[in-house]
Amino acid sequence: MKPINHVAGTAIPFGAKNVDTDVIIPAHWLKTITREGLGKGAFEAIRAEEGNIFDTERNKGAPILIAGDNFGCGSSREHAAWALLDMGITCVIAPSFSDIFSGNAFKNGILTVVLPQEAVDRLLAVAVDQPIDVDLESQTVTTPFQDRFSFEIDPFRKHCLLGGLDEVGLTLSRDAAIKQHEAKIAADLPFLATASAA
Amino acid sequence: MTGPKTLYEKIWDAHTVESRDDGTSLIWIDRHLVHEVTSPQAFEGLRAAGRKVRRPDLTLAVPDHNLPTTARRDAAGHRIAIKDPQSAQQLAALEVNAPEFGIRLIGDADREQGIVHVVGPEQGFSLPGATIVCGDSHTACHGGLGALAFGIGTSEVEHVLATQTLQLKRSKTMEVRVEGELGAGVTAKDLVLHICGTLGASGGTGYVIEYTGSAIRNLSVEGRLTVSNMAIEHGARAGLIAPDEKTFAYVQGRPYAPKGADWDKAVAWWKSLATDPGATYDKVVVIDAADIAPTVTWGTSPEDTVAIGGVVPAPESFADPSKQEAARKSLAYMGLTPGQKMTEVEVQNVFIGSCTNSRIEDMRAAAAIVKGRRKADNVRWAIVVPGSGLVKEQAEAEGLDKIFIEAGLEWREPGCSACLAMNPDKVPSGERCASTSNRNFVGRQGPGARTHLVSPAMAAAAAVTGHLTDAREFLA
Repeated sequence: MKPINHVAGTAIPFGAKNVDTDVIIPAHWLKTITREGLGKGAFEAIRAEEGNIFDTERNKGAPILIAGDNFGCGSSREHAAWALLDMGITCVIAPSFSDIFSGNAFKNGILTVVLPQEAVDRLLAVAVDQPIDVDLESQTVTTPFQDRFSFEIDPFRKHCLLGGLDEVGLTLSRDAAIKQHEAKIAADLPFLATASAA
Repeated sequence: MTGPKTLYEKIWDAHTVESRDDGTSLIWIDRHLVHEVTSPQAFEGLRAAGRKVRRPDLTLAVPDHNLPTTARRDAAGHRIAIKDPQSAQQLAALEVNAPEFGIRLIGDADREQGIVHVVGPEQGFSLPGATIVCGDSHTACHGGLGALAFGIGTSEVEHVLATQTLQLKRSKTMEVRVEGELGAGVTAKDLVLHICGTLGASGGTGYVIEYTGSAIRNLSVEGRLTVSNMAIEHGARAGLIAPDEKTFAYVQGRPYAPKGADWDKAVAWWKSLATDPGATYDKVVVIDAADIAPTVTWGTSPEDTVAIGGVVPAPESFADPSKQEAARKSLAYMGLTPGQKMTEVEVQNVFIGSCTNSRIEDMRAAAAIVKGRRKADNVRWAIVVPGSGLVKEQAEAEGLDKIFIEAGLEWREPGCSACLAMNPDKVPSGERCASTSNRNFVGRQGPGARTHLVSPAMAAAAAVTGHLTDAREFLA
C-alpha cells in the first residue's frame, strides 16, 4: 500500500447519489485473479456514452472524485476500489459512503473524505474548472477560493494511510493476544472453537 | 460495559480480542466462507508474503458465482468444460488454492455444493452467536440464525485467512420492530422489501440492525434468513434476529452442528444472547405488519418498492431533488411510465433462486402457484435454481421439479445464476425479469436488463400470467 497524505489536482464533479459497486465495476469484470487493469472497466456503462464526465480531456486521470450520498453501496467487491485506483483516483469525497466500500478503499490507500452535503455541493461547483486540495495530515479540503472544510477520520486509519501500513502485518504483531482469545473461546465456547463435520 | 446489552453487543463483546483507545477492536472470527470471486487475490497476497491460513478448519470454500446452472458432468462422469475462459480460470484458482492452504472445498459436483449463504446454515457451519464473514455482501444472510455475519472485501478476506480476526469499529445499533401478523400470502420477502422502501438504500449505513417483533418471531428460520439477507440492501453492515427454539431446532443435527455436551452448552449460551430488557438501540423503527402487501420494485435501487396493487410513482412525488433525478433515470432505464399499474407490467423472464430465495420453502411456495398451470407464452425464459444440491434433492423427493417442468419452467443445478451476470444465466438487454434475487441495480442481471424484485410466489405468479401479479389471486 502506498502512503498517502496530500492529494491535489483535478476533481471529477460526479455527484451522483447511491452509486453502487455494480456501476463502479460491473460483474463481468470480476472474473480476474489479479488486482490490476480494472480501470478500463470502471464506470463502464456511463463511459459508454459520448462526452461522459470521466473521459474528458480535463478529467482523465484525475486524482479526486466528488460523489453523492451512499457512494459504493451494494456488493462488497473490492474490485471497485482497485478500479478507481487503476483510473488514478486516490481520494473520493462524498456526503456518505457504504461501510464496506470505505473499508475497501482504506485498505488500498484510497482516502475517503466525508463532508456535509452543502460542502460537497460547493466542491462540485468549484471542481468544474478549478483544482481541489485534500490534506490528510491537517484533515482539510481547500479550494483556490479560500473555501476550507475540515473532515473527520478514524485516527487508526489516518495512521495507516499516512504510513502506507500493511494491516495484516500489524495484526500479526498482536499474536499473543490472539492466542489468548483463541484459548478462551476453546474453554468457554467449545462449540464455536472448532468446526468439523465428524 | 456492564448494563443491559443488545444481542449485537453481547456477540461483539464475546469476540473482542482487544480494543484500542481510538474505538477500533480486534474481533475474532468464528467462521469464514470463501467463494471463487473474491478470494484469488487474497490467496495471492498470502503467497507473496509467505503467510499461511491460521485456522483452515474454521474456513469453508464453495464455488457458486461463476458456475453454469446446467449439467456439470457428462453421462460418463467427466467434467463439462466451462465455456467462459475467465470463469473457468477463477473456478480453477479456488480448486488450487483451497487444498494448497488446507481448506475444505465443497466442489462443483459435490451434492452439498450451492450458494455459500445457503450452504453455511444448511451444513450447520453457520451458528447462532458466531462471527461469520465472507467476501460477499449477502453474508448478512446468516444473521437470520442470530450470527453476527457480514460481507468483507478481498483485503479483509486475506486478513481473516492470515489472522482469523478483523480490525473493526463497533457499529451503531438499530432495532427494526415489525409487530402484528403478516396478511395471508404476504411473505418474508415482501416484509424485507417493505423495510427497504421504508428505510431507503442508505438508511442502515453505519448500523447493525436487529429485526424484532412478533412478525419476525413468527417467521420460519428460512424466512428469517431471507430478511437478514437483504439487510445490506438498506445499507446495514449486518442483520440480526435473536435465536430461539425454532433456530435451535433448525440447527440441531446438521453436519457441523455441535453435538452431545457441546450442544447443551451451545443452547444455554444462545439463550443468553437475547437483548436484555432495558437495553437501548441508537435508533428504533417500528413497522406495522398489517401495512405490508406483496411488494415489487419499480426502479433500480432496492428502496424503489411499491405494493403490487400500486402504480409506478411520478419522479415529482419525491421530496428530495436528487431522488427525483434518480427516479427519472430509473424509469427511463426500466421503460416505465408514471401512473402505470404494476400489475400491467409484462415480464419476459422469471428467475426463482439466489441466496435470498432458493431454500426449500421458497421452492415449495413457487411450486404451489404453478402447480397444474402453464407458463404464459410471452414469458420466454423461466428458471428455477435451487440454492444447493441438498435443496435440489429435497425438492425432487417432493416432486417439485416435475411441477415446475410441467408448467414450462426449467429446473437447474445450484448456483448464483441470474442474480448477477457472472455466469451464462443472463437477462437480455431491454427485457424484464420478475426475480427473487436481491438487487435491481442497472445491469445487474445483464447489460440493459430490467429487474423487478419479488417473492418466490410472486415470481411464480408472474410466470403464469406473463405480467407482475398479486400472488394472493392464486391462493383460493
